[in-house]
Amino acid sequence: MPDQSTAVQAAQTATPLLHTYIPVLVLAILAVGLAAVMTILSWVLGPKKPTPQKLATYESGVVPIGSARERFPVKFYLIAMLFIIFDIETVFLYPWAVNYRHSGGLMIFNLVEMAVFVAILFVGYIYVWRKGAFEWD
Amino acid sequence: MPPTSPGVTGEMILFIIFGAAAIATALVMVLQTNPVRSALFLVLNLFCVAVLYLLLNAWFLAAVQVLVYTGAIMVLFLFVIMLLNLGTPDREADRLRPQQPIAVLSGLVLALIIGGVVLSPLPNPSPTLRDDRLGTVEAIGRNLFDPAQPWLFPFEVTSILLLIAVIGSVVLAKRRL
Amino acid sequence: MDAIFGSEIWKQLFVYSVTDPAHHIEVWAHVVRSLLRIGIGLGFILTIVPGLIWLERRLLSWMQGRLGPNRVGWQGLAQPIADGIKLFFKEDIIPTNVDRSLYILAPGVALAPVLMSVAVLPWNGSPDWGAVAPGLNIGILFLLAIASIEVYGVILAGWSSNNKYSLLGGLRASSQVISYELGMGLSIIAVLLMTGTLATQSIVGEQGIIGDPINIGNTAYTVYPHSLNSGFWHWHFLAFFPFGLVAAVVYLISMVAETNRARLALREADTEVEAGFHTEYSSMKFAMFFMGEYANMLIVSAIAITLFFGGWLAPWGALSQIPASAGAYLPAWLINTLNMAVIAPFWFGIKLFLLICFFIWLRATLPRLRYDMLMKFGWKGILPIGLVNVVLIALSMALQQSFGRLRGHLMAVAVGLGICFVLFVIKMATYRKRRLDTETTTISPIRREPAALPVPARRTREV
Repeated sequence: MPDQSTAVQAAQTATPLLHTYIPVLVLAILAVGLAAVMTILSWVLGPKKPTPQKLATYESGVVPIGSARERFPVKFYLIAMLFIIFDIETVFLYPWAVNYRHSGGLMIFNLVEMAVFVAILFVGYIYVWRKGAFEWD
Repeated sequence: MPPTSPGVTGEMILFIIFGAAAIATALVMVLQTNPVRSALFLVLNLFCVAVLYLLLNAWFLAAVQVLVYTGAIMVLFLFVIMLLNLGTPDREADRLRPQQPIAVLSGLVLALIIGGVVLSPLPNPSPTLRDDRLGTVEAIGRNLFDPAQPWLFPFEVTSILLLIAVIGSVVLAKRRL
Repeated sequence: MDAIFGSEIWKQLFVYSVTDPAHHIEVWAHVVRSLLRIGIGLGFILTIVPGLIWLERRLLSWMQGRLGPNRVGWQGLAQPIADGIKLFFKEDIIPTNVDRSLYILAPGVALAPVLMSVAVLPWNGSPDWGAVAPGLNIGILFLLAIASIEVYGVILAGWSSNNKYSLLGGLRASSQVISYELGMGLSIIAVLLMTGTLATQSIVGEQGIIGDPINIGNTAYTVYPHSLNSGFWHWHFLAFFPFGLVAAVVYLISMVAETNRARLALREADTEVEAGFHTEYSSMKFAMFFMGEYANMLIVSAIAITLFFGGWLAPWGALSQIPASAGAYLPAWLINTLNMAVIAPFWFGIKLFLLICFFIWLRATLPRLRYDMLMKFGWKGILPIGLVNVVLIALSMALQQSFGRLRGHLMAVAVGLGICFVLFVIKMATYRKRRLDTETTTISPIRREPAALPVPARRTREV
């Protein structure tokens, strides 16, 4: 089986892979720090003259009725659920797609393998469609 | 390849930081009474676990951990918490009281199992655990889709599992509509 | 002079390359290098975002026959900065019945991941200085992982505000974002199929190889593929001809939905949910959402360029580097530095500018979709198209292996056209059936004259 591109491999053997994640860690710290600084600065710098009207919930000038923590349609829940399932499907596609080009003689085999996987899920997709789960009425 | 020096390495420090953070967030998650905050601490916990995967050279697993668990499953959890409007935990406490002895018992069993796993010697401390390249997306793909490996059938069965999940979620949601 | 450039410290920092196994780079040097690269990346984002806000306002105004901000600084260029300073000094209102800690946390959660995702965007081909984290082996998966946690800021803001508009806006935005993430993932998978690598720099590099961009099974290329014979016809949006284009379009649509840009900007449908999830936010907290949104727009555009439009490569190979004949006058290191630090980022920037102008144009031209249409389009349009497209690209590659380049690809295209035809026939059949149903219905609704309402006398305006 032909291997990965030589240049990339050279880059990877020269340093332990974990070292390539140092920038990400530093960047994460900086990004979180920046967000924190901005939040704190706006609190420190701004004037504070609260009035009950100012602190009231803004619903276009109408006095809010009840809490906003209402129950909401099951639709959103269904979308999140379906998203998880199709997300897992795409997660399986990543390692397959990366290797597909390098799979040489196994290419047809890999194609059929993934086609079966996708086809089975596509049955579920058609079921969801026919059941009208994508309709928002 | 540079020699990995024994003793305190950068990986060790990161492991200690993120391991401690994982435990702390897990504890806060359990002890928290507000379900939304509890879920958010679970998100943090999953993040810490993703970093631990990185430290184990499990690159793909770390990415998928964030992608699927924090990006998809926890979003669903938050949706459900908001959907069911779980704001008042004090009423729940009474109903859960009969479960307490069972909880203690099953906790003990779990502790026994974990203790057994931790204390038992590793069957084969293989050197490949230190291999950088074992956990890359490419390596996982090569192994998963290799006909010589036994993973083909489990992989295809996974799609049926997902199919069942699709149907189940639609049936559940549609009944409530 | 030589004391600096010849010293081990200097070499550790700037001379030794990670691709050269002869020299080990110390951890501290890695950290300093990372900090410098982060300075470049983060500095870029933080300086471009105000410019982007200005560009959008001016361009929109121009398209709408207005002037837009043109007073503060040259052509109003300092307006976003002035706005930013003003927002810092505005009152930071925390309404009484919000969930305080989550309310304060939400803008940060919205902004920080966006800033983090700059990590793997390549601005040139150097393995040392080409991106914030050039060697990241999960590459594009990192971007997807970060994109998937961006939704938390929206959810948190919507829920913690304890405002009905916020909750509805947050819900809409989050389900929209997760729905279109699938389309994004599938178009990225199409690119992964073409390139066979996750590293973003290799994905760009792949689009600059001479001759055979779909050279299956063998990919030995150097890290700097500035070949003179390559050009835009090797970029991924033209690879596997219709399929690459379909993947690019799927990505572009998903990216508009992901960033909640106008046309698909349902979270801020002012007529329906006020300002959406950030209705209750004021001062810099509001500005953080705003910044996050624009930074995100910048980043998804940069990803689109990296994946489909050749990244830092020039549209024509010869333009992507200083001509070799200049080697007679200029030292090699200078040519190399100019190639890496000026020419490559220049092309990247030009493409970024054009793509962003395209999105502003989109906002100026197209009206907003209705929410149900948006979700329907995501799940019934983008998802199946993306999935079938991925399978067709794989099919094309397999057929090319067996039947030769052109014939194999044409066979796959034929399969694709066949699928389109079948779908068209089915659609037509259902359409005709529905029309037939409505035509043959005998029961016609009773026409009832509307009750005469007292219409207020309206003055006609003199023209």
